[in-house]
Amino acid sequence: MQDRLNQLQEEALLQIEAASSLKELQDVRVAYLGKKGPITEVLRGMGKLSEEERPLVGALANEVRGKIAERLQEKQVLLEAEAVQKKLAEESIDVTLPGRPVPQGNDHPLTRIVQEIEDLFIGLGYTVEEGPEVETDYYNFEALNLPKDHPARDMQDSFYITEETLMRTQTSPVQARTMEKHKGKGPIKIICPGKVYRRDNDDATHSHQFMQIEGLVVDENIRMSDLKGTLEVFAKKIFGADRKIRLRPSFFPFTEPSVEMDVSCKICGGDGCSVCKGTGWIEILGAGMVHPNVLRMSGFDPEKYSGFAFGMGPERIAMLKYGVDDIRHFYTNDVRFLKQFSPVDSSTEK
Amino acid sequence: MLVSYKWLQSFVDLGNITPEELAEKITKSGIEVEGIEQKSTTMKNIVVGHVLEKETHPNADKLNKCLVDLGEGEPVQIICGAPNVAAGQKVVVAKPGARLPGNIKIKKSKIRGEESNGMICSLQELGFEGKVVPKDYAEGIYVLPSDAIAGSDALELLNLNDAILELGLTPNRADCMSMYGVAYETAAILGKSVQIPKSNYTSSNEKTSDYISVTVEATADNPLYTAKVIKNVKIGPSPLWLQTRLMNAGIRPHNNVVDITNFILLEYGQPLHAFDYDRFGSKEIVVRRAKVGEKLTTLDDVERELSSDHLVITNGSEPVALAGVMGGANSEVQNDTTTILLESAYFTGAVVRKASKDHGLRSEASSRYEKGIDPKRIHLAAERAAALIAELAGGEVLDGLVEFDQLVTEPISIAIELSKVNQFLGTELSLDDVASILQRLQFPYQLDGEKISVSIPTRRWDLQIAEDMYEEIARIYGYDNLPTTLPKGEQTAGGLTAYQKKRRIVREVLEGAGVNQAITYSLTSKEKVSQFALTKAEPVELAMPMSEEHGVLRLSLIPHLLDAVSYNRARKNENVSLFEIGSVFLSNGAGVLPKESEHLAGALTGLYINHPWQAQKVVVDFYTVKGILEQLFKKLQLDTMIRYEKAEYEGMHPGQTANILLNDQVVGYVGKIHPSVEKQYDVKNVYVFELMLDELLHTNVPPLAYTMIPRFPSMTRDIALIVENGTTAGELEEIIRTAGGKLLKEAKVFDVYEGDKVEAGKKSVAFTLTYFDPSRTLTDEEVGKAHEKILTALKDRARAELRQ
Ligand SMILES: [Zn+2]
Repeated sequence: MQDRLNQLQEEALLQIEAASSLKELQDVRVAYLGKKGPITEVLRGMGKLSEEERPLVGALANEVRGKIAERLQEKQVLLEAEAVQKKLAEESIDVTLPGRPVPQGNDHPLTRIVQEIEDLFIGLGYTVEEGPEVETDYYNFEALNLPKDHPARDMQDSFYITEETLMRTQTSPVQARTMEKHKGKGPIKIICPGKVYRRDNDDATHSHQFMQIEGLVVDENIRMSDLKGTLEVFAKKIFGADRKIRLRPSFFPFTEPSVEMDVSCKICGGDGCSVCKGTGWIEILGAGMVHPNVLRMSGFDPEKYSGFAFGMGPERIAMLKYGVDDIRHFYTNDVRFLKQFSPVDSSTEK
Repeated sequence: MLVSYKWLQSFVDLGNITPEELAEKITKSGIEVEGIEQKSTTMKNIVVGHVLEKETHPNADKLNKCLVDLGEGEPVQIICGAPNVAAGQKVVVAKPGARLPGNIKIKKSKIRGEESNGMICSLQELGFEGKVVPKDYAEGIYVLPSDAIAGSDALELLNLNDAILELGLTPNRADCMSMYGVAYETAAILGKSVQIPKSNYTSSNEKTSDYISVTVEATADNPLYTAKVIKNVKIGPSPLWLQTRLMNAGIRPHNNVVDITNFILLEYGQPLHAFDYDRFGSKEIVVRRAKVGEKLTTLDDVERELSSDHLVITNGSEPVALAGVMGGANSEVQNDTTTILLESAYFTGAVVRKASKDHGLRSEASSRYEKGIDPKRIHLAAERAAALIAELAGGEVLDGLVEFDQLVTEPISIAIELSKVNQFLGTELSLDDVASILQRLQFPYQLDGEKISVSIPTRRWDLQIAEDMYEEIARIYGYDNLPTTLPKGEQTAGGLTAYQKKRRIVREVLEGAGVNQAITYSLTSKEKVSQFALTKAEPVELAMPMSEEHGVLRLSLIPHLLDAVSYNRARKNENVSLFEIGSVFLSNGAGVLPKESEHLAGALTGLYINHPWQAQKVVVDFYTVKGILEQLFKKLQLDTMIRYEKAEYEGMHPGQTANILLNDQVVGYVGKIHPSVEKQYDVKNVYVFELMLDELLHTNVPPLAYTMIPRFPSMTRDIALIVENGTTAGELEEIIRTAGGKLLKEAKVFDVYEGDKVEAGKKSVAFTLTYFDPSRTLTDEEVGKAHEKILTALKDRARAELRQ
């Protein structure tokens, strides 16, 4: 009987070893350890044994059972792990296939530029002011020291609607309106973005409609050096900290003195190239100290107050920053153009 | 203004400063040098040649075979195609190995079998613009004066090695429309003095006043008129130095007298005019406004009809010149002219500008009068011109002059204070610093402690107020040297208004939904303007549009968005999603500013989502666009105030368009464009929307407040309703909401079915109803009651049956 038990154990262990699936293993379990299995059968025949032999055979039977159960358990863990592996292998996918697209649009590049400038000046304590695109002759010209027969009016041929109303040619009327609203009391610190219109034929560098963004500061004791400092902050933020700036005297009827600001050319680093027409400098904006006539007309006492103003064209800045070669791209809205302007731009990161 | 470096050097000692360095300094001090041209840098090996013999080319009638002495070795044979080449001429020769502008290289060659050792050049070939080449040489080679030495450097002789600085003058710096003006500017920048040539001539015994008289009737337009007479003049070409001065300044040489008037115009900035005295037609000059309908043929052979806006010089009976703009053909100086009547006058800018504008005539003279001239130079210029005419045209200058003079020039003096200069500029200049700047500018001044009284010379009529002087001081001091500071005053809190913030949110939401921001033109055509308009209004029209396409102000943003869709489609961009934020312009009547209303519009077409390998394509339809808008309203906290209603608009599909109502006011619409519009714009299946953005963003919404996360469960019940086909989900939802009472939290459509399984003419709409009370768990009984009420209402008001 003991031989029989040992033989059963040997057989069972061989079959456990051979089992290649959980199902087969279960069959082995039932076959050897089940109620109708051979070990149970052996135990049933124990009655025939002597008193001395009985406990010995009983112990052996339990030992065999234990051993088989142990090996079954070991094998079970192994086969389960294999099954998981197999399942995972079956679930494997091609991770290089493209993902499901999520629609995403972009800001228009001009909006990007405007917002970048707005945010910079908001940080310096400015608010954003807007005004009408159809203006009176008064706000567009006269309040800006451009009386009706002023020769500089030739510089900006305009779309008139009636003799007294026109499409604004600049965002400066917003400055005049804002100063009026302040009733002669400073400080004013504003930035005015918006669309403006001039009688130009649309081509690669001209557009009858374009954007402008202007700034105005009016307070007691505003100095020309404050203008220079402010423009320097602007240029370094928008064009990069490594760029140099240069102020040149210029002329605008609403400022005195007037300046134009150049930044050093990014392409050639200041040595001169075709983009900067060999000068090493690129003209970016016009600015100046608010003309006393403008202050006076808008209700400020030029003896007490002074101020500075600056203005620039987002198209020009976008063209320089991104290398856009034709101003018409901004207005034809080709999606292949619009989709290029991600909100991340390393050129001005520090 | 084109400024010759060599000419400038005759007024100011430029020392070792190169033209480039000078340009940089001038630019930094206020006048932008837009370019420097030195023509000789593109040329070499160009010499004077002496044409010894000329005969027709044996194999070509139009070519000439010339024997030319180049001043070294044997004369060489050169083939020349110019019709005006002749034996005895001194000409410009590009030798073999020469280089000409445009990178043209000259080599020894054979032309029609004959050897050619170089090229005889025209002025155009030497880089001069056609419009400055003297008429006699416009079609052929240029002939040098006979005293030119064969073999000498022709580039030097023609002043092609001069550097020409192109100044971009702002309107306030018209003082630099003369070499003198530029000389004073340069001298101030460099700290040098200005040398002015003296005019010397011997007057004849005859008096000018015996020859001519002057009467000015239009005294306001012409406060000063002077005239001189020069007799026995011999008209001929000017000397080469004078011709090249003019050509380098962009002016075509004509004859000695005319060239001298132009030379003086360049030198002094004072326009002069030379009349042929014998052709003048009388012995009196009368300056007056033209009579209506009066005619004058100007020097350019155009007959011009005049009006009382125009000032004319007359001989007492008829006009002989359009004052300050152009002379008349009837009194033009010609080759046989012997006596010159020379005009030097002050015409006001306004009257000259009007004539120049009306007749489309901009001359060197008119542009100077328009921007202003220095009254002190009117006589000086006339004297200097007379002297030059005597010298170069052999004339005899009559004694004295005739003139009318009522010109009053108030001396201008500007008072400044050192402390104010420094306060304004942010500098710490000393009195000596300021004084030395004034000296460099050659402005006389008087000191009284720290007060400075500056006398402004008449040549700087642009300087009027203290700020003008601050600018002069700053620019000579150097803008580079100004300190950099930031405003010191009261701190202000920057930021956006609530409206501006929300507008940024609008962009974020739309872009997050895959729509790209577009910007289109505000000006549109009459044809497009009324289509899609949310508010019907008479469009605002431009008085003088440049084109029909951009003649009126838009009433809707959609037409130009459709143009953009069409533009994209023509370039095979089939999937387009665009939005725009911009103003529409509603007329308030003529002469009054229109109402500008900020709108938001969009146009979407093609695939909204395209994921081919998993066969997932979402084509843009009405509900795609509506879904985006719902998302937008939700973000703006307006969703509960918004309702949709079927609507009809011109240009829109009548079955697929909805009005969008905000608190029962129409604020926009969404829908598909009409097939006829698809055809008009050459687009397909485009869905658009337009909203009154200002109405949306100005609407008050409740302040943000936390709502407790529900602690008690909600209960849902699904119902499927059989209703008439025409009944809308919106109507059903409305009934459910009203009947549902407080417990009903939400009613959501989850299925819509039309087909075999329901009766014809009917459809099934299924809703999930959610019941909820934040303070407790609802009982089946309560929910059942509310639910019953809803079902009854649906049955009563929409004849809705529960689907079995
Ligand atoms: Zn460059």
